[in-house]
Amino acid sequence: MSSNAITIQGLEVEEKPWVDSLHQWVTTVDHKRLGVLYILYALVFLLLGGIEALIIRIQLMHSHNNFVSPQLFNRMFTMHGTTMIFFVAMPILFGFANYLVPLMIGARDMAFPRLNAFSFWLSALGGFLLYFSLVGANGLYGAGNAPDVGWWAYAPLTARAFSPGHSTDYWTLALLVSGFGSIGTAINIIATILCLRCPGMKLNRMPLLVWLNLVMAGMLLIAITPLSAAQIMLLIDRYFGGHFFDAQAGGSAVLWMHFFWIFGHPEVYVLIIPCFAFMSEIIPVFSRKPIFGYPVMVAATVCIAFVSLSVWAHHMFTVGMNSYANSFFTITTMAVGIPTGIKIFNWIGTMWGGRIQFKTPMLFSIGFLFQFLIAGLTGIMMAAAPFDWQLSLSYFVVAHFHYVIVGGILFALFAAFYYWYPKITGRMLSERLGKWHFWLFLIGFHLTFDVMHIPGLLGMPRRIYTYEPGRDWDTLNLIVSIGAFIQAIAILVFIWNLISSYFNGAKAGNDPWDAWTLEWSTSSPPPAYNFATVPVVASRRPLWDLKHPEDPDSLYD
Amino acid sequence: MSAAAISVVEMPKTWTLPYRGKVAMACLIIAESAIFTIFLVAYLFYLGKSLTGPTPREVLETPIFFTICLLSSSITVHFAGKSLERNNHPAFLALWSLTIILGGLFLFGTGTEWHRLIYEHGLTISTNLFGTTYYSLVGLHAFHVSAGLIMLTVVLIFALAGRVHEDQARRIDVLALYWHFVDAVWVVVFTVAYIVGR
Amino acid sequence: MFALSSVLLPPRAVAEHSHSPLTSVFSPESTPAKSIFDLSIFVLSITGIIFVVVFTLLVYSILKFRANSANADREPAQVYGSNQIEMAWTIIPILIVVVLFLATARVIHAIQDAPEPVGAVEVTTIGHQYWWEFRYPKLGIVAANELHVPVSDPSRPTPTFLQLLSADTDHSFWIPELAGKTDLIPNHPNRMWMDPHRTGIFLGQCAQYCGAQHAKMLLRVSVDSPQDFEAWVRGQQQLAVQDPSAMTGRQVFEHTACINCHTVSGTPADGRFGPDLTHLMSRTTIAAGAAENTPENLRLWIQNPDKIKPGSLMPAMKLGDADLDAVVKYMETLR
Repeated sequence: MSSNAITIQGLEVEEKPWVDSLHQWVTTVDHKRLGVLYILYALVFLLLGGIEALIIRIQLMHSHNNFVSPQLFNRMFTMHGTTMIFFVAMPILFGFANYLVPLMIGARDMAFPRLNAFSFWLSALGGFLLYFSLVGANGLYGAGNAPDVGWWAYAPLTARAFSPGHSTDYWTLALLVSGFGSIGTAINIIATILCLRCPGMKLNRMPLLVWLNLVMAGMLLIAITPLSAAQIMLLIDRYFGGHFFDAQAGGSAVLWMHFFWIFGHPEVYVLIIPCFAFMSEIIPVFSRKPIFGYPVMVAATVCIAFVSLSVWAHHMFTVGMNSYANSFFTITTMAVGIPTGIKIFNWIGTMWGGRIQFKTPMLFSIGFLFQFLIAGLTGIMMAAAPFDWQLSLSYFVVAHFHYVIVGGILFALFAAFYYWYPKITGRMLSERLGKWHFWLFLIGFHLTFDVMHIPGLLGMPRRIYTYEPGRDWDTLNLIVSIGAFIQAIAILVFIWNLISSYFNGAKAGNDPWDAWTLEWSTSSPPPAYNFATVPVVASRRPLWDLKHPEDPDSLYD
Repeated sequence: MSAAAISVVEMPKTWTLPYRGKVAMACLIIAESAIFTIFLVAYLFYLGKSLTGPTPREVLETPIFFTICLLSSSITVHFAGKSLERNNHPAFLALWSLTIILGGLFLFGTGTEWHRLIYEHGLTISTNLFGTTYYSLVGLHAFHVSAGLIMLTVVLIFALAGRVHEDQARRIDVLALYWHFVDAVWVVVFTVAYIVGR
Repeated sequence: MFALSSVLLPPRAVAEHSHSPLTSVFSPESTPAKSIFDLSIFVLSITGIIFVVVFTLLVYSILKFRANSANADREPAQVYGSNQIEMAWTIIPILIVVVLFLATARVIHAIQDAPEPVGAVEVTTIGHQYWWEFRYPKLGIVAANELHVPVSDPSRPTPTFLQLLSADTDHSFWIPELAGKTDLIPNHPNRMWMDPHRTGIFLGQCAQYCGAQHAKMLLRVSVDSPQDFEAWVRGQQQLAVQDPSAMTGRQVFEHTACINCHTVSGTPADGRFGPDLTHLMSRTTIAAGAAENTPENLRLWIQNPDKIKPGSLMPAMKLGDADLDAVVKYMETLR
């Protein structure tokens, strides 16, 4: 622990009534506390979404199972998808962005602290609304119906005629509300990065995490709003007699699909780009080298952001667009793989010639590289529209996107947890438990999601509550389900690690990993004001310059 | 590793970054533009596809006067900001109030037009695709005008209480930027609904 | 009547697959599926090579550049990047993408823009929650759930062209061995085709989530020899069998709500919400594949459909036992 006289006590030192602590947390506008709130909130929903996944997998363990009714199953996959995307992935990434961005740019807080708090509580309200549907939504069949229209809520299934009651409205409102929260966060991130950087931190000296969160925030502005617009249209159809998606009045179900996927595809890049950011911070530190090709990494990310706005209809290859449209979306989808691949090569280039330390953050990072490579390649397979005419809407797609989200995003998040938990709490996470977590999760992940591609290739569609025997799908589904349980155990190990290390973990000190960006110059946890004096920087790695005055980066900047 | 050690590096000679209020409003405008774009796309896509009911040509009358009101309000709000920068409070109050009046006139115009469409032509949001897309698009814009008018009025109240000075000119500028956006959107909506769509 | 009974082949007499699995995308039996299969092998080969190369580099770097006691005290050379290397691994992927795209665009065009030849069979497929309606407009046939098409000889092709419509929500028609899937979307007619190269039964199911019983909206395609197809067509074109021994059941049927939803040609029953029952006994399954077509299942289906397909739109008819038996007996005569 540093003996810096400027450091004032952090979270765990002061003894005060728990009510006061609670009040401070609920009314906080401090980016670090809001970051922690976002992350804790997301972890709760991770457990809920995980339970939904396990229910799905138990039902699908063998053909003609009746663990749950069809109606409950359909609610489970709808809630699982909606929860994981909107109330796990997005909040947890906002949490890390909130915590890290001001620290990494030498700022005192985000540009708009109160807007920050407001955005968090809006998102929290959204999650609450979605789950309130379990008890609140009234329909023809009695009280309490979670939405069951799939997380894309395709029209006309969402019309009053086919979805009576309020389940769909809970879906719509929950996402509309949390969507506005996301916009608030995006505005805050952009304003913070453009306006609050410490002196000397030009745009090309920002850590890649900051750059990539800037790109993510920019994408959020134009990705979330199409969904909000479409949801307003849906509400107009359901409550004001509108005809946006009403086939009987000449409306178009395909229009909903276009609007949804104009949101939906950039959304998945919104999710992965902060994970690229984590990798770009963690891999260099554990390879003991700077990131290979910083300017190219920035350019590739910006390129991905732009190209990803032009690929959305690859989710609609089976909808019956003409051959020119299908060809267009094929080439754009393949094209977006190029800058993405470049990033993978640059990460390998970072490791090349390095001195790799296999601490837990690096284990998860290597898992990410391996799995994201495979996920990207199955994406290329489906970019070929005719092949997608077979693979779309089957378990091959489900395997692909879980490979990205679990094998990519979640692995990167685990790496980020193990890397920054010491900074946030002042304690190291247990390496021993970390390795148990990693290997258990890796085995469970591959058991589930490698095998899951096969039923898709054998004709198993998605979103089915049961399947016929004699299709050779039974054993495969059983293996997939077993893997899910192994992953669940690994998650429990992780949660245990988070909790027990908070009380018993080794003291971390300012800079346990010998890293190079500004957050490692503060105490762990940082004081409320972050920096006693505003830092001034002359290169991308200010702490490297301090530790290696004989060979600073500033010589080459 | 003390934080003070970082300052060993020399301060750059100049270090000015953009004003966060402006940046935030620009971001909000980008996000709102995306929402309006989706409603515009729906409007254009459904042109000519209504199965029944009145068509744009049959019922729409170009609201020239009220459009001029709204667009002039951009000019008045701009000069109001300029007056405030030069500490000319009476001019600021007058131009700011004029902006609100012109915006209010525009809303009144929208209201009378809707009244005519509903009661004389029987066009509502549920009549046909044209009704749905028209009222949604123009309504979304009117909602943003209303929100802007509320904010302008709040500022007016504080100005009348003597609390708005040249120090607040930057913030006034941010609000004016929002107002210009609302006007720019109207130019597009007007063109699409009353010119292209007819 | 006798022609009809020759059509009444026992369900399993039609040649079944001898190989499994039954619905693999890698067992194409029709031109569109074969084109897709060929393209997929090409794509898999290229992505396979990319995987091997990158994976090898990754494993090599992990093994070769491990921290160990020898180098533990020194930082390695701080390399910032290399423009030539960046160029190389930008240009090569661009070339790969160009090649993949050209190969793909050819197949897209070949499948989607294939002209319909003169001898093609035309079927209008209408998706319903949760069953399939098949109309052959040029042959005057209305069928449900089990599609019959003729086998297509490559030298003299007789493909089947399907127009895809929907009566309610979105559905998707997927028989993996015969073609890629195409969606059925209300107010948005779609078109697909297939030319099966051998006779047999081909399975599939709805692939676009359409509501509670999406999982049991199964498809069964019977690819018949030209003679068998002709015989089937002739059978389907007949009006409903009027068997006097089933008069009681027919009366129950025609005086209950059944006729609001179902059609039995040549009788007052002309509802279109549910499947056409004129030749119900020519199908091997009921409820779009949810159950075998047996008297017991029929009885259960009419009495309590939720026991077979909970959430389907068939209402429980709540008939007394005698009426129920009579109706089932009547159904059994609709060959």
